[in-house]
Amino acid sequence: MFYRETGQFKTSYDADQAVFPIFQDRVFIWGVIAVAFFGVPWFIDDYWANAILLPFLIYALAAIGLNILTGYCGQLSLGTGAFLAVGAYASYKFTTAFPELNLIVVFLLSGAAAAAVGTLFGLPSLRIKGFYLAVATLAAQFFIIWLFYKVPWFYNYNATGQISVPSRDLFGFRVTGAEARPAVEYLVTLSIVCVFAIVAKNIVRGHIGRSWMAIRDMDIAAELIGIRPLRTKLLAFGVSSFYIGVAGALMFAIWLGAAESGETFGIDQSFQVLFMIIIGGLGSILGSFLGAAFIVLMPILLKNMLVDGFAMTAVFAKHIEIMTMGVLIISFLIAEPQGLARLWQIAKEKLRLWPFPH
Amino acid sequence: MMFFLEATIAGLLAGVMYSLVALGFVLIFKASGVFNFAQGVMALFAALTLVGLLQGTVPFVHTNNPDWALPAWLAIIITILVMILLAVLIERLILRHLVNQEHIILFMATLGLAYVLEGAGDLIWGSDVKVLDLGLPQGANDWLLDNYDLYVEKIEMVAAVTAVLLVTVLAIFFHKTRIGRALRAVADDHQAALSVGISLRTIWVIVWSVSGIVALVAGVMWGAKSGIQFSLSLIALKALPVLMLGGFTSIPGAIIGGLIIGVGEKWAEIYAGPYIGGAIENWFAYMLALIFLLFRPQGLFGEKIIERV
Repeated sequence: MFYRETGQFKTSYDADQAVFPIFQDRVFIWGVIAVAFFGVPWFIDDYWANAILLPFLIYALAAIGLNILTGYCGQLSLGTGAFLAVGAYASYKFTTAFPELNLIVVFLLSGAAAAAVGTLFGLPSLRIKGFYLAVATLAAQFFIIWLFYKVPWFYNYNATGQISVPSRDLFGFRVTGAEARPAVEYLVTLSIVCVFAIVAKNIVRGHIGRSWMAIRDMDIAAELIGIRPLRTKLLAFGVSSFYIGVAGALMFAIWLGAAESGETFGIDQSFQVLFMIIIGGLGSILGSFLGAAFIVLMPILLKNMLVDGFAMTAVFAKHIEIMTMGVLIISFLIAEPQGLARLWQIAKEKLRLWPFPH
Repeated sequence: MMFFLEATIAGLLAGVMYSLVALGFVLIFKASGVFNFAQGVMALFAALTLVGLLQGTVPFVHTNNPDWALPAWLAIIITILVMILLAVLIERLILRHLVNQEHIILFMATLGLAYVLEGAGDLIWGSDVKVLDLGLPQGANDWLLDNYDLYVEKIEMVAAVTAVLLVTVLAIFFHKTRIGRALRAVADDHQAALSVGISLRTIWVIVWSVSGIVALVAGVMWGAKSGIQFSLSLIALKALPVLMLGGFTSIPGAIIGGLIIGVGEKWAEIYAGPYIGGAIENWFAYMLALIFLLFRPQGLFGEKIIERV
């Protein structure tokens, strides 16, 4: 009843090419952004920031990164954990080597470092395809994690082998370290994620995104119409790893505060982010957010329900939780292989016809 | 020289162990195009079930009741039945609903399956480390040690013999039986197989059962070597480079790939390890396979990838 596009005429090219052409969508998205920026910080506390909001935002950023590579360009990658690690370790090295460097610059440089590594490991993609490529990216995963563990220079030769973030300020506010306020951490992360999401949305609907999708749908045909496979694929690897690298830097500097290569960035992370984009929807920026929300929230909900609701022991609940997670993933894939983003689209279409569906 | 020979033999035998896991992957990928990531967890689950039956563990309670302990042959048969039941369930509940989906969706579904099996295994049989005692020989082979001064683990020799037997049986099964021919037809072309009256669903159940049994063999061999615990499921990660090297669709490829990876890994560990800081076994196999792949993108024995527009 309220979701109608009747009477909304496009009178300029700008209006025709808007990201959200329907007025109600714009209102909704601005509403969400306004609540996220001006509402949430008032009542955020440590638990909400560290258990829910920060992981959600950071994983959403990583999921956008992987979605660019897998969802838009069709290159299956299992090396996400390694690229997160590159971002995290790069931010650690930059901020300890140049303490005056602005944090935003540190994050961008970390992204750039991850992009360089990602492009390097993207090189085999020209010859290797499909699952062979996925297994090949596992080489990156294991090699990079091993490197960060074996070469003490990366963790500044400290005895524990861990990296932990020093306190850094941004515009006069403490952002990293123990005494940073949750609201500040949240706002910085939210701003970065928002900017990157908007940039991603615009990349994927421009000519670069279109060439990625052409490569994804059929690379030989794309080559015949004049898209250079090497450049396009490497660009996808670069941009994707840049996003994942920034997410890794945020994860280490703002959310976790400390990290260890094998523990924090193992292969589980790669699968986790892959689940997010599959459940959220391949080839959808919105889907990256929805998938991240699902994967971050579901274990928390399950745990609360099982431990508090049914009074199970923690170990027993852990097994049930793992099983339920697996069952949920499978049933999701069966019910809607195109993910939450597709469900959202269906809901909107239903809403347009509501209350007279015929 | 003796040392080199010993390292090579150890490498070859380790390679056989990798091949055992890789075989299960190949069987399923060939017949249904599913990249079954749950293969490692299936090995764990099979081994857990076998140990549980041998020790008479009461399911869900995790205490041992000696009266329920079964003799080895019965336990093995029951475990095989359990794996077949599992295959039927997987086909009924998962594969049947995901026909014609993209490969990546099926791959993710097997990841979900891996979670379910992991949770179920722990829930039913308990998550403590178990010792598998099937009477398989342990320690070094005395005869080789005395006469030739070679240190070779007995259990790995048993694994090698088992692998040879397994591959022979599989080869006979695939080439001489009716079902085997049907399996090869399905692997060749799903639609053509359907049109001559082969039931895809039955074939999938058979293939998953066979690879469940292969998983049991792999689980027993690895479990006898290093105890049965969660880390057993990580042998799947060991098998992936083997698959890449040998080709996803080739059974001989899985064997030869395993041997190459096993020997390469041992040599690298001994001759290059000291220079670059050890612990390289996690990634070396992948790098080796990656370099191979750059020259042969479909692996050593994989089907040639023909692309048409």
